[in-house]
Amino acid sequence: MAGLYVIIAGAGKVGWNLARELLERGDEVTVIEQDRRRYLTVEQELEHAVQYGDATELWVLERAGIQRADLVVAVTGDDEDNLLICQVAKEKYLCERIIARCNNPRNLTHFKLLGIQPAVSATDLILRLIEHEVPRYGLVHLLDLPEERLEIIELVVGEGCSAAGKRVADLSLPDGALVISVLRDGSGFVPKADSVVEAGDEVLVVLDPGLEEDITSLFVANGASGSTSG
Amino acid sequence: MFVLVVGAGRVGSSVATSALRAGHTVSVLDEDPLSHERLDVELGQSWEEAGGRFTIGTALELDALTESGIEEADVFIASTNGDNTNLVVAQLAHRRFEVPRVIARILDPRRAAWYAEQGLQTICPTQIAIEQLEKAALEPA
Repeated sequence: MAGLYVIIAGAGKVGWNLARELLERGDEVTVIEQDRRRYLTVEQELEHAVQYGDATELWVLERAGIQRADLVVAVTGDDEDNLLICQVAKEKYLCERIIARCNNPRNLTHFKLLGIQPAVSATDLILRLIEHEVPRYGLVHLLDLPEERLEIIELVVGEGCSAAGKRVADLSLPDGALVISVLRDGSGFVPKADSVVEAGDEVLVVLDPGLEEDITSLFVANGASGSTSG
Repeated sequence: MFVLVVGAGRVGSSVATSALRAGHTVSVLDEDPLSHERLDVELGQSWEEAGGRFTIGTALELDALTESGIEEADVFIASTNGDNTNLVVAQLAHRRFEVPRVIARILDPRRAAWYAEQGLQTICPTQIAIEQLEKAALEPA
């Protein structure tokens, strides 16, 4: 495959390293940096692959050749800037692929509302990793598909919880939830209605979003849950 | 009408006080408490005593927008000192909160024109200054 032409807005740590990696791969790159001192520093290494200017200004994007860009990546430290750079790239210059950095995960909803996808938030990624590494009540999100209104979670069946020792058919799961797999002693199986869930099992549950609390209360030992308000 | 002004610098605070004097319900959102003083001075009395609302917060925080009453707003004016903030927050007001009339102050003439083509009402002080300067300088006296 021929190399891509990539415009990167922002020559901070993310933008600079990204440019290096893409250049190494053989892609063509233009980085745009609006801070004069930072530009001069980066220019010593990237030379003509970095341009000085404010990437939210249309003439700066045009000077960088946005009309022929295969991909625009906006990774400045400012969410408004990243959002608007991607918005004009996509809607004015019809660039097919954009990637936006979202510094404050609370702003992710704004990116989504304005159709700027994918928006990548390092904070959000780390939060998810924390949840994965240090799950609350042994609950791990394996898959979240908010658009499709579907998620898959993994839970450890707690000692003495209401699900332990019961047949799958008797779990009284809410509508919209289904146990799709049970992992026990290192191997998994797809449970039938009469399979018994034991304490210590890991179960995979597919569910509609919003049912987590109900599910958790079934699989977590009494007294261990219900502290969400604290 | 309920008028919400986000960003009460020179422009925003003047528009807010004149809207209040004209009898409208006016709410102001600004991250700098100093802008509240500017409102008091322009009005010659306390902004709240005159019936105005004021919220301290950043324009992109949904909580701040809600607290300042965006859900009831008939008119939304984005007049912070940053084009980018104005463009984003005006689009939020339009698309998320469906405020009937949304106006954004945009200093950059090209983007003001492009976003206007996309259906956003923009006011560009730079363009007005350019036109007036051209007129003052180049037209026969």
